[in-house]
Amino acid sequence: MYSEIVMDHFAHPRNAGVIEDADGIGEVGNPMCGDMMTFYIKVKDDHLEDVKFQTFGCVAAIAVSSMVSEMAKGKSLEEAQQVITNKSVAETLGGLPKNKMHCSNLGAEALTLAIKNYQEKQNKNAA
Amino acid sequence: MKRVYLDHAAAAPVRREVLEAMLPYFRERFGNPSAVYDLGSEIKDTLEEQREKVARLINARRDEVVFTSSGAEANNLAVKGAALANLKKGNHVIVSAIEHHSVLNAARYLEKFHDFEVTFLPVDKFGLVDPERLRQSLSPATLLVSVQHGSNEIGTIQNIRELAALCRAQGVLFHTDAVATAGQVPVDVQELQVDLLTLNGPALGAPKGTGALYFRQKLRLVPQIHGGIQENGRRGGTENVPAIVGLGKAADLAREELPTRAKYLSRLRDLLAAGVQKRVPGVVYTGHPAQRLPGLASFCVEGIEGEALLFMLSAQGIYANTGSACASKALKTSPVLGALGIPAELAQGSVVFTFDADNSDEDVNYVLYHFPLAVGRLRSFSPVWRKRTAKAVGE
Repeated sequence: MYSEIVMDHFAHPRNAGVIEDADGIGEVGNPMCGDMMTFYIKVKDDHLEDVKFQTFGCVAAIAVSSMVSEMAKGKSLEEAQQVITNKSVAETLGGLPKNKMHCSNLGAEALTLAIKNYQEKQNKNAA
Repeated sequence: MKRVYLDHAAAAPVRREVLEAMLPYFRERFGNPSAVYDLGSEIKDTLEEQREKVARLINARRDEVVFTSSGAEANNLAVKGAALANLKKGNHVIVSAIEHHSVLNAARYLEKFHDFEVTFLPVDKFGLVDPERLRQSLSPATLLVSVQHGSNEIGTIQNIRELAALCRAQGVLFHTDAVATAGQVPVDVQELQVDLLTLNGPALGAPKGTGALYFRQKLRLVPQIHGGIQENGRRGGTENVPAIVGLGKAADLAREELPTRAKYLSRLRDLLAAGVQKRVPGVVYTGHPAQRLPGLASFCVEGIEGEALLFMLSAQGIYANTGSACASKALKTSPVLGALGIPAELAQGSVVFTFDADNSDEDVNYVLYHFPLAVGRLRSFSPVWRKRTAKAVGE
């Protein structure tokens, strides 16, 4: 049911964890529905210097989070938001089961929220 | 790698003795039991012998057993068949909220297409139906009540006799789904005072595609498979003779082995339940703590999701089941866990282990080693568990 890439990311999640002094945090989902993801980012020179995540959810949700973190690391904020979409994440994972496309594929949104959270903080500091 | 299979409620291997009993009926004794010549009548006799064996397992009469293709079909025949054949008794059906989908959806079918009114009876936190609540739900229009004997999700065994007796006193038909209990605890239709009772074969070591319905003598049923007069007109279609022979053999074995098997399975279950609760914090043992299936241990684990846990376990060769939303095709959490009042978030962490006689103490110890590791690993990156533990520290 799951691709080999999905199973690999599930068995060996990349960048799982918390950044205590994160520059931005993004949280999506709801544990009552089965999936919840929190993304933590460190930003340097407008680039994602570090990305970590915490995920409550199924195999797909964990693999998606891991893949998003891997795709995001080192990218500029703008590029990350452009390139990392639910669709591109699913593709890079070698596909996801149809019924997992919506509720488990939340990683791109969580990352975007973390970036927005960072940018809002920046704007506040500038003002 | 070691394999520890603990999902026997989902599927179980066909027992060797059962398979051997079946084999002659594929090529040598292939006749149609409805045929009038000797090749047919011999098979008809064999079929009736199997009916006798199944009847004996549940203390019924031979002419009170109809063979079906599954427990699900037997449940359909019981609920829809009995309701539609007894319309003059009323149009109200009561089912417990924790029935198998084949009972729940059969009842919903009656509601949607046949103008029935259905009451879904709530259960307490252990999964028990309260007799007083059932009594209050009965109305002059009630014609059928269906409450499962034992739950394959939480293990709880209902006080069927008490529930059935109060229905009988009011002339209401009572059906129980005994798929989970047959072969694990005594199932006696006289003792239980039920009018209809569902069995399936795989739970007894017979092949998939086997089941049976007990119906009290002369009870009328509308067939759910219309056809010829097979099964005395209660189910059309040529009987699946090899499978039925398998079911008969399995029923015989189940009857002989019941006391030892129940004792053996309970010990494994208690070993696992105690070990898990000792080694893993934040675990709820679901269902009734004592009045439960010998071969079933069910838990809800805080802070993690069941499908992910199943995959972590299967990577170690351990096979179990879950009622989590993510693992279901419909992406819905098991209604059984909801009916117990388990919060939706906790229900996501459901895991169910079902044993059979081929499991051993060594299997349980293997699970007790790997289960805490799998839970710990998933919790190590769970935001839900992080919040839960942060709160616990703060308190």
